[in-house]
Amino acid sequence: MSPETGAPANGTPVLAIRGLEVTFRTETGDVTPVTGVDLDVFAGRVSALVGESGSGKSVTSLAVMGLLPRPSGRISAGSVNYTGKSGATTDLAAVPPGQMRGYRGSEIAMIFQEPMTSLNPVLSIGEQIAEQVRLHMKLDGAAAWRRAEEMLGLVEIPDAKRRATDYPHQMSGGMRQRVMIALAMSCNPRLLIADEPTTALDVTIQAQILALIDKLRKEHGMGVLFITHNLGVVAEVADTVTVMYAGEMVESADVRTLFRNPRHPYTQALIDCLPARARKGSDGIRVVRSIPGSVATAFTATGCRFAPRCDYQDAACHAAPPPLATIGQDHASRCLKWEALA
Amino acid sequence: MTEPLVSVRKLCKRFGVAPALVHAVEDVSFDIRPGEVLGLVGESGSGKSTIGRLILRSLDPSEGEISFEGKEIARISQREMRPLRRRMQMVFQDPYASLNPRLRVRDIIGEALDAHGLSQGKARSPRIAELLETVGLQAEHASRYPHEFSGGQRQRIGVARALAVEPDLIIADEPVSALDVSVQAQVLNLLQDLRRRFGLSMLFISHDLDVVELMCDRIVVLYLGRVMEIGPAEEVCRNPRHPYTQALLAASPRPDPDAPRVRRLLTGDIPSPLSPPSGCVFRTRCPLATEACAVTVPPPVDAGDGHVFACIHADAAGRMAESKMVSA
Repeated sequence: MSPETGAPANGTPVLAIRGLEVTFRTETGDVTPVTGVDLDVFAGRVSALVGESGSGKSVTSLAVMGLLPRPSGRISAGSVNYTGKSGATTDLAAVPPGQMRGYRGSEIAMIFQEPMTSLNPVLSIGEQIAEQVRLHMKLDGAAAWRRAEEMLGLVEIPDAKRRATDYPHQMSGGMRQRVMIALAMSCNPRLLIADEPTTALDVTIQAQILALIDKLRKEHGMGVLFITHNLGVVAEVADTVTVMYAGEMVESADVRTLFRNPRHPYTQALIDCLPARARKGSDGIRVVRSIPGSVATAFTATGCRFAPRCDYQDAACHAAPPPLATIGQDHASRCLKWEALA
Repeated sequence: MTEPLVSVRKLCKRFGVAPALVHAVEDVSFDIRPGEVLGLVGESGSGKSTIGRLILRSLDPSEGEISFEGKEIARISQREMRPLRRRMQMVFQDPYASLNPRLRVRDIIGEALDAHGLSQGKARSPRIAELLETVGLQAEHASRYPHEFSGGQRQRIGVARALAVEPDLIIADEPVSALDVSVQAQVLNLLQDLRRRFGLSMLFISHDLDVVELMCDRIVVLYLGRVMEIGPAEEVCRNPRHPYTQALLAASPRPDPDAPRVRRLLTGDIPSPLSPPSGCVFRTRCPLATEACAVTVPPPVDAGDGHVFACIHADAAGRMAESKMVSA
């Protein structure tokens, strides 16, 4: 939740992404849904990746997991350095697809938005966890089942021993997401990628799941890459934040700096758009700020991708893509006018 | 006080037959005043969408009364309902599913006009152009198909269709939940603007307390089909009296990393509406629950200024809210 409570962010990050670019081959030529992403995830810390639909946040996470649709999708530039349990650092971008299985599950685990479609409906939840444990931790059947029961207890499923024989359809959405987390945690991953894990849940259940993820990362010291569109959730769980817009990283900072001193017009607008930030107008009606237009989908523009919707745009913004400006330690903005935005 | 536009009394809706009887809405009463925006807020299974559809009579109530401008409509025939449907219109959650993909925008809006015999013949095109401009689109958009628009633009088309018949009441069921935040803000501001210009009344259904507080004059908080708390929006959000409202507010993430984290998490899941708990339906998750809560359904307690809540531990709930303020 807050930086003080997490492990210190020193040493080698578990995950260090540099200059990530993803390319998809399509009938009408190559498109790059993600470009220029730099991001670190440290052990015991939560790094949030925020953006609206089409921002490329999910594609980024799929690229890290080696789950880009083949053969059309590939990492076309940059590196994804992962430092595993052994202490060795590997560039996942260069690992052949066949060998990614050695990392998925045991080293890097992932949870998704929709727990129902991520679970196998014809296997009991205990069997699903035991299967994974047998595969990755080389345990025998009985030990794997005990591990499954233990994991269900860890994610606070009441009466875990009995519920292990339940099927996914017998559980509520919140319980299914707990099962997904148990499955992800069962092989002690170093890195958890959580892609909108609470978006499909009610807010009181969301609060439970966020508290659970927070507890597990503290107790197990795993790094978390948390992907979300919800800035409220970001403020709650993240230590550091990376904001994406139309496939590009536009700003990154620690969570306090991002909310207190955002230096990209898109980040500023995104925060001001929240209903909680509505201000009363002169006529007594509360209005929220909105961003005109909608997210660009065809990245044909030569300059800044946000410029067409930006209040601060001028000719320079449309002339060339703005470089990533370093503002302070761990604070960067892809805006030419970052100095004027304070 | 002026007569309410819509008045709902002891409304019940049950689906299925015993033993598989779902108690979707139980004993719900409220008014929507002319020009007022009333918010219905609750989690899944709280009955908020069902109430909206009962008022439109796209569902028939099991018990209770609904009146529109004093006229009883809970049990009238669909034929008698037809002229009233022109007076109440719905805006749906999913702008992708609620527009016919095979119709042009002018035909989507035209269907609504035809259903009520409005703006026929030569009056049609200018009326559609006017409606599109009202919701921030352009007259040229009339000849396009839904797939040519973004989510926010589609939701504007849905709003234009609702406005076409000049309704008095708009029932908006999660109108911005499917939209990105930046676009959500556009649609919320549009709805605020239309409300001001046309003096519309609105039943605004949402699970998001921040959105409801922004949009509504008064709020009804629902849990498992029952009213937990009802009152002026600011009062319910700043000074919640029911433990469920308090828990809902505490669980909503605040977009501020320095906001105090009062983490009194509700344990467990929402019970099944097939077998709701006896007495107070919230008692199985309530931090204040005692044996007395299981015995009777808590009667409404009046906190003044139209702020009413259903909890027998009102004093304790008040103290809980105060202690939160202090710890904050």
